[in-house]
Amino acid sequence: MSVSKRQRARIIRGVQYGVLVVAVVVFALVADWHQLRMAFFDVGVVKALFPEIITTALVNTVLYTLLGFGFGLALGLVLALMRLSSVPPYRWIAITYIEFFRGIPCLLVFIALGFGVPLAFEVALDMNVTVMLSLGLVGAAYMAETIRAGIQAVPKGQTEAARSLGMSHGRAMVSIVIPQAFRIVLPPLTNELILLTKDSSLVYLLGLSLSQFELANFGRDALNEHKSLTPILIAGLLYLVITLPLGQLVRRLEARTAKAR
Amino acid sequence: MTAETTAPGAAAVNAIEVRGLRKAFGDLEVLRGIDFSVARGEVVCVIGPSGSGKSTLLRCVNLLEEPSAGRVTVAGTEVTDPDVDIDRVRRRIGMVFQAFNLFPHLSALENLTIAQRRVLGRDRAEAERIARANLERVGLSDKEAAYPAQLSGGQQQRVAIARALSMEPELMLFDEPTSALDPELVGDVLAVMRGLAQDGMTMLVVTHEMSFAREVADRVVFMDGGVIVEEGTPEQVVGAPQHERTRTFLARVLDPAAAEVGEVAGGGAAGRRVDR
Ligand SMILES: Nc1ncnc2c1ncn2[C@@H]1O[C@H](COP(=O)(O)OP(=O)(O)OP(=O)(O)O)[C@@H](O)[C@H]1O
Ligand SMILES: [Mg+2]
Repeated sequence: MSVSKRQRARIIRGVQYGVLVVAVVVFALVADWHQLRMAFFDVGVVKALFPEIITTALVNTVLYTLLGFGFGLALGLVLALMRLSSVPPYRWIAITYIEFFRGIPCLLVFIALGFGVPLAFEVALDMNVTVMLSLGLVGAAYMAETIRAGIQAVPKGQTEAARSLGMSHGRAMVSIVIPQAFRIVLPPLTNELILLTKDSSLVYLLGLSLSQFELANFGRDALNEHKSLTPILIAGLLYLVITLPLGQLVRRLEARTAKAR
Repeated sequence: MTAETTAPGAAAVNAIEVRGLRKAFGDLEVLRGIDFSVARGEVVCVIGPSGSGKSTLLRCVNLLEEPSAGRVTVAGTEVTDPDVDIDRVRRRIGMVFQAFNLFPHLSALENLTIAQRRVLGRDRAEAERIARANLERVGLSDKEAAYPAQLSGGQQQRVAIARALSMEPELMLFDEPTSALDPELVGDVLAVMRGLAQDGMTMLVVTHEMSFAREVADRVVFMDGGVIVEEGTPEQVVGAPQHERTRTFLARVLDPAAAEVGEVAGGGAAGRRVDR
């Protein structure tokens, strides 16, 4: 007697569950639970991390991210408008900028601004300014393309209605097109904010003082001190405290946009 | 209606004066020499088959399209003059679109105030006073806080008319203002337009509503293939058309059922009602 299609599907699913159960059981038997707990969740170490991991590290991560995001957003908007300009040189400059900064690692920009500029020009940039520029210059390249797409997604009839009321091109952009474009690009911009949150860890390169530590640096420092993976786990969880709600926000915004269509 | 005078402000100056207007998109010549005029306070309806260039003609009047050749003069100002400040001219010309084009991120009231404030420099209180008066005029006083998405098509179009009126224009252009509406909503919009006409507004209206044209228009212009085929009073053009093309077109518009039988391939006036 041959097996029907549905029976076969049930058997395959059963096998998959079986494999999973076996794997979990084997892992549970083999693993050294005590050592794992000491490595990843040493209560003594956890206690030692607080409150500085919040009051210094988390706060600095948020600060660096917002500095970079704010500057990147402003520059990205300017680049997007240049990209759409009717004056060709503006378009060329914007395209070159975008292609350049999208194509190189953020790490390289940190090195250039943190070490290259002070050596070449004999001026030391303020730490916060260095972070703002490094994250912002790269972020702007991505945000410019996002914003450009958003501006182009606003129906042509909107500009025509605005112009027919006597608005200049610039006024129509500012009052009518850009506000609508920002609603469209809010979800992708929030994604960019999540990426920047993680990229803010690159400031470790700059050699920070204790009060400037952000999450990744703080975690690494505590790892050396306590010889435990616990600080890394906690730092990772704190990144998730920032990024998971943002991800949730993106999904909500996307649902709202989908409904408005 | 011969207005060769161009002195601005003179009572004899026509609201719209079009001479030798041509417009090409690449190789496609859409307007092929249009001459016509609209007197102050006159209501002119433009009719014609799809693709005949009606919208393009309207859009050339407020320079949403740039004419390839010819002259367009609006209330004594030659808009085709390269030195003219077109934003200044457009303030005086209201335009109503088939797709309404309300600003979706602004409430009905803000739709009416934004250009008053940003273009005319009126303060908020004055702009809102004028906006409310115009919302009342179109029968939507209770909707000032609503966003476009919360309004029916007919309500949106009436807000769009009120938005144009809030700039206190000297003339109004309508591009098929009721073509995107469900049949039961058409009447409200036409009633508003009828009221405007009675108040003496100069109106250039592209429409397929023959009863409106017959009743309200001082003059009807029939276009086909980028030229004006015939023009005259509604009685002349709609009632007793002189040209075969006009007769064919009217037969289709006035009796869509018969046209659908006669023209299976679609297109034409009957097809357009279905295609939205
Ligand atoms: N921006 C444009 N680029 C290229 N071709 C265009 C453009 N706008 C209009 N056309 C063409 O010009 C012709 C006339 O268009 P227009 O919109 O003026 O016709 P219409 O009489 O208003 O038709 P309808 O009744 O369908 O609105 C059409 O063939 C159209 O495809
Ligand atoms: Mg049209």
